[in-house]
Amino acid sequence: MNRTAQRPLSPHLTIWRWGPHMMVSILHRITGGALTVAGLAVLAWWMSALAGDGDGYAKFVELAQSVPGTIVLVGLTWAFWQHFFSGLRHLVLDTGAGYELKINRLFSVLVIVGAIFATALTWFVIMGVGR
Amino acid sequence: MSLGDSATPLGRVKGLGASGHGGGHWLEERFTSVMLVFLSLWLIFSLAMLPVFDQMTFTQWLRAPSGGIPMALLIVFAFRHGVDGLKVAVDDYVHEEGTRIGIHYFLNMAGIAGVSIALFALGKIVFGAAA
Repeated sequence: MNRTAQRPLSPHLTIWRWGPHMMVSILHRITGGALTVAGLAVLAWWMSALAGDGDGYAKFVELAQSVPGTIVLVGLTWAFWQHFFSGLRHLVLDTGAGYELKINRLFSVLVIVGAIFATALTWFVIMGVGR
Repeated sequence: MSLGDSATPLGRVKGLGASGHGGGHWLEERFTSVMLVFLSLWLIFSLAMLPVFDQMTFTQWLRAPSGGIPMALLIVFAFRHGVDGLKVAVDDYVHEEGTRIGIHYFLNMAGIAGVSIALFALGKIVFGAAA
C-alpha cells in the first residue's frame, strides 16, 4: 500500500461517537483472535490430555479448575458466544439486510446481551454436570 | 489496472482485495463459519447432555461415531476458520508485502501443527485401546 506522508488520513477512529455496532465489530476481531489462539490451544490440549494416562488428565483438570484456569475458560465461553452471535449478525449483513440504523443498533445490542446471557446459562449447566 | 469492458465478473475480482485472493478467501470464511454454527452448537449441547465430566465419560463419548466424527470435523473447521480470520486481520494491518506473506506462512504452519496435534490425539482416543 503506497501512502505518501503528505496526504492526510481520515481520522476515522477519533471523530465517531462510540456505539454498540462499533463495539460488536471490534469485539468480533478480538474474540476471534482469542478463540483461535487460546481456544484452539485448549481444545488441542484437552484432546491430548484425554488421549493420555489418568495422571496427565488429572493435571489438566486441576489446572482447568484453578482460579486462573476458570477465568480463562469462562472468558473463552463468553468469547465464543459473542463471536457466535456476532457471526450470525455478519451472515445476515452479508445478504444486504440489517443496515437500517435502528435495526443495526438493535442487532448489536442483542448480540452483546445474548452473549452474556448464553455464557451465564452455559456455566449454570456446566456447574450442574461437573460437580 | 485496466482489463477493459470484455473482462468477466470473475476476471474483475481475481487478485483484488487486501488478501489478493478476490472472493475465494471470503467465501471460504463464510462456509467454515456456517459449518461451525452447527458443530459448535453440537459440542455445547452434547457436553450438556453428558452425565458427568471425567476422562472415562469423555472418552466413551468420543469413541462413538456420533461423538468422534463431529469432533474431527469441528477440529478441522475451527482451525481452518481461525487461521483464515487471523489472516484477514494481518491483511488489514500489515502493509509490507514480504512481511505479510511471511506471517501468512507462519499462520498456515501453526494451524497445520495445531490441527495435526488435535487430530492425532482424537485418533488415539477413538482407535486406541479402551481405557
